Amino acid sequence: MFAALKDKSTRDSAAQLGFVGIFILLIVVFGFTARSNLEAQGMTSGFGFLERATGWGISFSLIDFSTSDTYLKAIWVGILNSLFLGVIALTLATVLGVAIGVMRVSGNKMAQLIATTYVEIFRNLPLLLQVFFWYAILTTLPRPRDFADATGPIFFTGRGVYLPGLNVTGLSVFLVFAALVVTFGLWIWLKSARKFARVSMSQKKTRARGIWITWLVLSAGLLWWGRIPDSSLVSQPFLKGLNFREGIRISPELMACIVSISIYGGAYIGEIVRAGFNAVGKGQSEAGHALGLSQFQTFVYIRLPLAIRAVLPTLINQYVWLFKSTTIGIAVGFVDFFMVISTSINQSGQTLELIAILMGGFLVINYSMAWVLNRVNDAIKLKGNQLRT
Amino acid sequence: MAKTYHPPSVIEAIRADYFSTRLNSVVTVTFATFVAWAIWQLVNWGLINATFSEENKDACGHGAGGACWAVIDARWRLVLFGLYPFEEQWRSGIACVAIVITGILSCVPWFWNARRLSGLWVGGFLVFYILMRGGILGLTPVFEQNWGGLSLTIFIFATTTLLGMPLAIVFALLRRSELPWIARTMGVVIDTIRSLPLLSIMFTFAIVLPFVLPGWMIGDKLYRVIVGYALFFACYQAEIIRGGMQALSPGQEEAAKALGMGYWHRIGYIVLPQAFRNALPPTINQLVITFKETSLVVIIGFFEILASGNAAYGNADWNFAHVEVYCFVGFIYFIFVFALSRYGAHLERRMAVAQR
Repeated sequence: MFAALKDKSTRDSAAQLGFVGIFILLIVVFGFTARSNLEAQGMTSGFGFLERATGWGISFSLIDFSTSDTYLKAIWVGILNSLFLGVIALTLATVLGVAIGVMRVSGNKMAQLIATTYVEIFRNLPLLLQVFFWYAILTTLPRPRDFADATGPIFFTGRGVYLPGLNVTGLSVFLVFAALVVTFGLWIWLKSARKFARVSMSQKKTRARGIWITWLVLSAGLLWWGRIPDSSLVSQPFLKGLNFREGIRISPELMACIVSISIYGGAYIGEIVRAGFNAVGKGQSEAGHALGLSQFQTFVYIRLPLAIRAVLPTLINQYVWLFKSTTIGIAVGFVDFFMVISTSINQSGQTLELIAILMGGFLVINYSMAWVLNRVNDAIKLKGNQLRT
Repeated sequence: MAKTYHPPSVIEAIRADYFSTRLNSVVTVTFATFVAWAIWQLVNWGLINATFSEENKDACGHGAGGACWAVIDARWRLVLFGLYPFEEQWRSGIACVAIVITGILSCVPWFWNARRLSGLWVGGFLVFYILMRGGILGLTPVFEQNWGGLSLTIFIFATTTLLGMPLAIVFALLRRSELPWIARTMGVVIDTIRSLPLLSIMFTFAIVLPFVLPGWMIGDKLYRVIVGYALFFACYQAEIIRGGMQALSPGQEEAAKALGMGYWHRIGYIVLPQAFRNALPPTINQLVITFKETSLVVIIGFFEILASGNAAYGNADWNFAHVEVYCFVGFIYFIFVFALSRYGAHLERRMAVAQR
């Protein structure tokens, strides 16, 4: 017995077995306790409840949802809403962040001052506080009925922001966006993949133009196909009675989430972008100047592409992190994935199953997001001795 | 005659910084106008047209055009101390000060070794806990359900980091273990927890854990949430420490091995001190994020400073004053977080100099 303990490999195996064993034991104990607790409460476990009708409505949904729809569909609505919020907020955060990052490295002290103030204020306040703040601001805007003699395409009211929209089906809009993503991917691929290294610059340009024109034609066709019959193509919101009709209404909940996540994320991304610009050696832009490029050309063709490549890995982590923060939608009542799950738990009592779905959903979303972005990173990152300072 | 260097005059410096090209001049003027306008609006709203004391309460509110700081005058105790009994609120205040002093002291390099630092924090935390909880030294007991406001925020933050830091070291060591199954299992656990939102972890610990734990292990909801948060913190911090260990040249550990040091000596005297040094800036950053994200417990239903802020304007008298209350709460967060992040930046610069 003691002789066996002296042998290192035996000890190692025992340690590993013990470690993994403790984990399995914990899970088994949890499982059995859960089972006996559930039995005591007379509940049945399993995923059968997903087929039941929910009996509650969802205030914001990209697909049709009614109270007689199933839990499965409600969860799907939640996931779509989360992705919707995530895509909008992350895009805006990126735009803001790049602008702020550029301002911080620009030679202009005034721009630096503004950008630094922005970053220091919004990065140092909790996201939740910002969501509450914007929500309070947005819901205390004037009521729609106060807009009786206001004109303009956009109305900021306490019940939401009203924008002009298109009278088309959701499916066609989705297809247009999907086509945009595919086109963008193709464009990046064409620009940077090894495969096209020998294709000449002008030929690449022609091809890129071809790709984008195809997208434009395709989306025009898709929108035309998706028209809702017997209505004008553009729908402009107008006041009727106490509220606005037609157009697109962005609820204060969604708006507060979008505004706060993009502002908060913009501050973080701004810092990342700044670090990226600082990582690009001074020699690079000096070489650009020496070749006779203007300040602007040096920036667009040399510093920006190099900076993006330098920061992409950090940016990927930031995106995953920001996407997780969309769960704060529950604080103001935006029905995202997390809120659907928590409402379902309250209503159906199937706690364990729903939590498993929540965690599984986030694992899948985050891992696939990281996977896609890492592929993009692999495609455009500098290889070998390309990175010089 | 050789040109001698003369330092740029003020005007030259301003020209170089703000008006070097035509585009720069335009940008400067536009931004300066914007800044001036924003500052003017802010001063107008926050100082000139503002109402400061509770007696002039009627002056503020609808359409006055200025901030109504009277709400802070009237409700600051609620924001800072939550539901803590009124007569005992001095204890809550002193407890917060004790933790802040502990935090400031731990910035003094003399405390920078494991024994002094942990001693300092355990001491500071005990002072905080005894003051808050009472029950001994003639203090009336106040239970956790009545804690609130700033002291609850600080309590959650302090317990999370105090529990999470040792856990993070253990996690990092296990993940770096030479035994593949231990390293792999730990890797899966860490990566899984890191890819979940903090809110879902807190929610799981608050709501789900009572289902799967045997009765005697359930404990108070507050402590369950803190344990969940500490676990989440530990997973992030473990990756930071692991990063610090990886930045260490392998020669360090090999040299220690060659000198015949055992595993614990190698880790304790060679690897960890240097790893922590490498990992200090991201650690401070993680502490900043952890402090900010304590606000998420509002959603689980705790009465920390953000929730007490919501309560401060949540009655008929003050329901218009949300901006002022959020500014006040935001200011308190800002002081803590800004100080911490500036300190992190200072450390980073200091270390950059040291490594040059």
